[in-house]
Amino acid sequence: MAASGRPEHQAPPEIFYNETEASKYTSNSRMIEIQQKLTERALELLALPEDVPCYILDIGCGSGLSGEVLTDNDHTWVGIDISPSMLDVAVEREVEGDLLLGDMGNGLPFRPGTFDGVVSISALQWLCNADKKCHSPVKRMLVFFRTLYAVMGRGARAIFQLYPENGAQLELLTQQAMKAGFTGGLVIDYPNSTKAKKIFLCLFCGGPSQVLPQGLGTEESNTNVAQMSGRRERFRKSVKSSRDWVIEKKERRRRQGKETKPDTQYTGRKRRGHHF
Amino acid sequence: MKLLTHNMLTSNIIKGVTKGFPLKIVPVQVEIKDVDYNPAFVVRTLSKVDWPALHQAAVETGFGDGLPETLGENFQQDEELLKKIHNALLQVEVIQGELVCPESGRKFPITNGIPNMLLQEHEVGQ
Repeated sequence: MAASGRPEHQAPPEIFYNETEASKYTSNSRMIEIQQKLTERALELLALPEDVPCYILDIGCGSGLSGEVLTDNDHTWVGIDISPSMLDVAVEREVEGDLLLGDMGNGLPFRPGTFDGVVSISALQWLCNADKKCHSPVKRMLVFFRTLYAVMGRGARAIFQLYPENGAQLELLTQQAMKAGFTGGLVIDYPNSTKAKKIFLCLFCGGPSQVLPQGLGTEESNTNVAQMSGRRERFRKSVKSSRDWVIEKKERRRRQGKETKPDTQYTGRKRRGHHF
Repeated sequence: MKLLTHNMLTSNIIKGVTKGFPLKIVPVQVEIKDVDYNPAFVVRTLSKVDWPALHQAAVETGFGDGLPETLGENFQQDEELLKKIHNALLQVEVIQGELVCPESGRKFPITNGIPNMLLQEHEVGQ
């Protein structure tokens, strides 16, 4: 995604991802690294059987950066994207997977039960847009999720990393996915950080009931649960640069997924003055 | 486009098309790209592959020699045959040409190895 605002607001995907934008996905090392990290996390959430090469669908494969991660893990993949320029870059880069030009809102053109897993990196939010007069996002979502359900094997998972604009979009997408028969829900990594926060929609296609994986950096944030206690305790900030203050601050950084040194006996300890 | 991908593709997303499989291949340019031979992968993939469709696709692209019309039970031991199947499934690539829907006759052009599966709004099913 470009650094300046939301690309969805600028133009339809097949126009926004023109040659200039597509070339960024091969030359900009920061963009490449982000895409790869997201794919690795998506692959982890996909929870495929170990050491078995699988057949994977990559929705919004673009220039094939996510596909390369799949190849590195010995999987065979097929990518679908709506932008011809991005696909041309993928061909130039000689990616291993096969490529299709297609619109996910038209439905997925595959035989039933084809894929062992589905990944999609930063693409699903495009489905919320009506780029043509005749587009109805709600209808397109339903067509997409229904055909997606059909092309997945039983018990397979689909993992979508996405940048939703607001809660309403997320709710609508989840609602339409459930309507198509999926179970699952959202996994949010580092929910306490604006920058590191990443949202994954995890969908399960039938099979035995599956447990939703936990997001990273959420281990101890039970902030949704109201704690009842006999005594009312007023929240008070610790005195600045005291040991408690330092520990609270480090805790906050950990919740945001930032690199933090472990707490030791030296944490927040007073430095001795230099007496000679 | 590899023939493995072709074997998974349908045109059933078009309104009124129920099966849309197999799509007929009208090749203009076909290339062979080297892919590492992995017999275990070929055997496992064959459990998903629709054999008559693969056979037809191989014949249409001109690489059907030596592939039987029906796959016998002992194909796993037949090294020669597995190599031919590997070639047809993974090494044959259609670079230019067309895919044709068997029910509606709708054509999907293939350019630069990429089939164009985009539909007009009035063609979308469901």
